Amino acid sequence: MSDDGNVRNVVILGSGPAGLTSAIYTARGDLSPLVLEGEPSSTSDQPGGQLMLTTEVENFPGFATGVMGPALMTEMREQALRFGAEIRTEKAARVDLESSPIRVWLAGDPDDAPSILARTVIVATGARSLMLGLPNEARLLGYGVSTCATCDGFFFRDKTIAVVGGGDSALEEALFLTKFASSVTIVHRRDSLRASKIMQDRAFANEKIRFAWNSVVEDVVGGTTVEHLRLRNVLTGELSTLDVSGLFVAIGHAPNTDLFKGQLEMDPAGYLVTHDGTKTALPGVFACGDVQDHVYRQAVTAAGSGCMAAIDAERYLAALEHAASVGEATGGTSPSGLAASAPPSLPTAGATIG
Amino acid sequence: MAENIIDVTDDTFDEEVVLSDTPVLVDFWAEWCGPCKMVAPVLEELAGEKAGKLRVAKLNIDENPRIAQRFQVMSIPTLLLFKDGEALSRIIGARPKSQIVGELDKHIVT
Repeated sequence: MSDDGNVRNVVILGSGPAGLTSAIYTARGDLSPLVLEGEPSSTSDQPGGQLMLTTEVENFPGFATGVMGPALMTEMREQALRFGAEIRTEKAARVDLESSPIRVWLAGDPDDAPSILARTVIVATGARSLMLGLPNEARLLGYGVSTCATCDGFFFRDKTIAVVGGGDSALEEALFLTKFASSVTIVHRRDSLRASKIMQDRAFANEKIRFAWNSVVEDVVGGTTVEHLRLRNVLTGELSTLDVSGLFVAIGHAPNTDLFKGQLEMDPAGYLVTHDGTKTALPGVFACGDVQDHVYRQAVTAAGSGCMAAIDAERYLAALEHAASVGEATGGTSPSGLAASAPPSLPTAGATIG
Repeated sequence: MAENIIDVTDDTFDEEVVLSDTPVLVDFWAEWCGPCKMVAPVLEELAGEKAGKLRVAKLNIDENPRIAQRFQVMSIPTLLLFKDGEALSRIIGARPKSQIVGELDKHIVT
């Protein structure tokens, strides 16, 4: 654990399944990772990530009878701590991924003195769920509009609810909410769902679930609490009213990549582009989990790519150490051949790879 | 739970919160709420740092639905700041410590 000076071997941004799996692996590898786990929030952009807002996770291998999302994340966090990961409940405010060492600023850090210096950074900031973006949706947040079905379903006992969206997340929320609500209407812009077959079968079989097909929410109406939604049929243009006390939105996700604009390559939707495993175009910077994956987006794929990022980071650090020792032996600087992936100025002492 | 955080119920709420001489920050929470768990350590820190100027109370809405209803809590976590019996400020959803402190500092002398 040669954190010579104050340069960390590994700094991990994010603490969902990807971030924490990379923390477990790099901590077991004696790299004493620092995890910036994020800040408390009631959106999916929070410590523990999207699973903190879910209930039963049925498809994470190893849990025959399922596991609650927050419980799974608590276990992963404990597992990372057990091997010596340091976890801080903060977010990076700014990063300079092109410098060597990499510089990471926390809120309040002066421009010339970032709190954190790192040889490698693993980006695992995930994705956040999108809202509709209507002014009244924001105004009525907490008064019928909710970002967290598991938190707030309780308050809608015997009430009517709308869930907007047509994917697995929307159906999962709708099915969960039927435990409380008298009816749940799924508002979807198309006439068929993109959710998995098992979820569709469950939703269609549930007598509390109704569907408003080919429909979008034009407005959320209510004085102090949600009273009804104004819906528009996208085929006919016809407007209608849906009386509900609750609105839950599950229309998709956007990656948390604002911090990296201008530094890391992104696809048109803002997801990070990786190659050869979890490498980005910048040496020492790796990306894993939903921040670089809009295709699979599963807890287990995020965890898998977190493991890959840890191994990629470990190998990168080993190459740095090797280059440094060769450099010392020959009295020169780094051998020119090494480092397609090594920064121009190498640290004087390398990492201890466990 | 930290020793300077009090647990309040439907029955003790008025005495412990409304009639309190010290401002009270009430955390409406439940066991099954992930974001409530994430904000809990922040409240423990605040209870320590602002001891004497602010009391922190927790109200489990699962076991105490009356008070939640009385204050129209429809989302958790919700933090309500009471001073001289009045709810002066409402913070809906888990927030970073800096935001909670910023909101508290508008209302109480620290």
